[in-house]
Amino acid sequence: MSDFFTEAILIATFASGVRLAVPLLLASLGETFGQRSGVLNLGVDGIMLLGAFGGYYTVLKTGNVWYGLIAGIGIGVLFGLLSALISVTLLAEQGISGIGVYLFGLGMSDLLFLKLVGTPTPISKFPKLDIPGLSDIPWLGGMFFQHSVIVYLAFALVPLSTFVINRTTFGMRIRSVGENPEAADSLGVSVAGVRWATVTIGGTLAGVAGATLAIDLGIFQQNLTNAQGFIAIALVYFGAWRPIGVMLGSLLYGFVNALVLQLKTLEVIPPDLSNFAAMAPAIITILALVIVARRFRQPTALTKPFTRGT
Amino acid sequence: MTTANSSLRSRSRYVAYLVPVAAVVVALLIGAIMLLLLDASPIEGFREMIKGAFGSADALTSTALKATPLLFVGVGITIAFRANVINIGGEGQMVAGGLLGTTVALVLPDWPAVIMLPAVLIAGMVGGAIWGAIPGALKAYYGVNEILSTIMLNVVAVQLMNYLLRGPLIDPGEIERGTRIPQTERLQEGADLPLLFGSGRLHIGPFIAVAVAVAAYILLWRTPIGYRVRAVGQSTDAAQYAGIPVKRTIVLAMTLAGAMGGLAGAVLVFGSESHRMVTDGSTAGFTGSAGFNGIVAALFGGLHPLWTIPASFLFGGLLVGGNALQRAVQVPTPLVLALNGIVVVFVVATDRYRRLLRERASQAETAAQLASQAESNDDGAGEAAGGGVPPPIPPPPGSPPPKDEATP
Repeated sequence: MSDFFTEAILIATFASGVRLAVPLLLASLGETFGQRSGVLNLGVDGIMLLGAFGGYYTVLKTGNVWYGLIAGIGIGVLFGLLSALISVTLLAEQGISGIGVYLFGLGMSDLLFLKLVGTPTPISKFPKLDIPGLSDIPWLGGMFFQHSVIVYLAFALVPLSTFVINRTTFGMRIRSVGENPEAADSLGVSVAGVRWATVTIGGTLAGVAGATLAIDLGIFQQNLTNAQGFIAIALVYFGAWRPIGVMLGSLLYGFVNALVLQLKTLEVIPPDLSNFAAMAPAIITILALVIVARRFRQPTALTKPFTRGT
Repeated sequence: MTTANSSLRSRSRYVAYLVPVAAVVVALLIGAIMLLLLDASPIEGFREMIKGAFGSADALTSTALKATPLLFVGVGITIAFRANVINIGGEGQMVAGGLLGTTVALVLPDWPAVIMLPAVLIAGMVGGAIWGAIPGALKAYYGVNEILSTIMLNVVAVQLMNYLLRGPLIDPGEIERGTRIPQTERLQEGADLPLLFGSGRLHIGPFIAVAVAVAAYILLWRTPIGYRVRAVGQSTDAAQYAGIPVKRTIVLAMTLAGAMGGLAGAVLVFGSESHRMVTDGSTAGFTGSAGFNGIVAALFGGLHPLWTIPASFLFGGLLVGGNALQRAVQVPTPLVLALNGIVVVFVVATDRYRRLLRERASQAETAAQLASQAESNDDGAGEAAGGGVPPPIPPPPGSPPPKDEATP
């Protein structure tokens, strides 16, 4: 146990927590846009898996991690548009149609991997970037400023998302469509148009999250995400539909995961009990939802499809 | 006027029945394109699919067995959905039911089947009921979104299964031999589901499922409990005003849905050919994704327990056929899962359209009745909704109230 409290291990655990938080952060930021406009996209995990395979395969073939990221974006846009078609235009029951997208992503990414790759082959990872000056700060530098580029990009999206949602016309439309679509519609805002945009943003970021996960780990395997997409959806609730809250939630999850991994490696947690460690995120999520549900109100129109004249 | 309405009515109804079939056909066409891309013959694939699902007594047995958990879960989904609760927790409820049933079978002494079989099946129901009651209570009393809590409980259940089957419940023989396969010993014979017709495989599970579907129909439409469940699903405010205990009803609906899932899990264990509970580490390894597919079977059956019976059988056939297809044209197994996902998306995406058509049909019906009752007072469409003619299908959550389209 005493091993755990050495400075190096503490810093390393913290740093890996930040790193593990990134795919969750990207996916849940995207989902925040959709949910603020009233659409719950439950297919995030499926899109992440497809993005992860797309990113992995592109890097495997080209050796360029940025092409891999672009592949993740492309797949994310495509499946974001498809999700918008299903839940906005076809008015599907959002809680269930997303499960279909999830099953498709789970099967399809595995199928493509078996067909096109077969044996697990490692790929190159994102380049590291130590932020000049900041990375030399004792403790904090090692925790926050010695990461790969994608980590900084992901965290930069947090203030950007806050700005877009709270300070732009587009953001105002998102909020109005999520709170009172009838009123927004009567004022000439295209409810469907706004929701198509937000769901596509959500899909795009889910694809990026998947690609980031695969390129960060340097591998792909069946069910690589291990339900992280679902955790990401819960994080939006946890973060009370605000980008900052979502970021704090993602970091908490990253840290819990990093801690569990570290404790397993140091054999503080015996292998027999590792199943209980794996349950921890889900149980924490349920408890967090209980707390959040009492304090914050979800967007009024969440999960309610909109048809004019009702 | 009357003739025009009734022809509109029959046409809408007719189209409404065709919509999900068309959805499956389009999904299969996409599957055909995928097969072509995988260098496999779709024609041969689909021939094998139909043969594998419905082509022989053996195929029909496989389909019935595959349909059984879908029907249990689908019936549970129907009950929950009628109370406006979306139960995505079928997977976890099946695991919980399987685990509790298995534990009871391991703990109890070697009793005769007459006592043992009901005991383990009831234990399965209780396990699932607990796994359904938790998200139900969290929703009713704390306002926690049931979609998220049930998904998280699925994760908890699978880890619990992996722990129990690798630890406390593991077959002692696996430890002696050092093989450590995560499975129980062969469960006592008294708990085996009896086989029928000497087929060697077909057990009483499918018949229990059909009986349960009929019971759920009676519960929902012939008892005060069912009336409360449906009232809460239509409008919590109105139900509250009518003095119905809304929160308790939501918990009850989720508990019943969970019990159905638990029963599905128990039937999977005690009807399995190995008569053990086994895990490959994933939920789907135990459930075959029936906790998700049961939702689709229920939607396919129009959220009606009786229609869910043929819907489950057809959907079970689709899954069995998918496996036959995969083996016949030798494409990797995950193809079946991907196709399954496409079918889910298409059925769910067209579901709203189908319900719209059915509503339109019943509104036309009501309008026609009103027109014949009072020829002079022709603007009574608005009263139709409250006019004492109950709509045959309670409106789904968030659907348009049935007054705008009486005269389309």
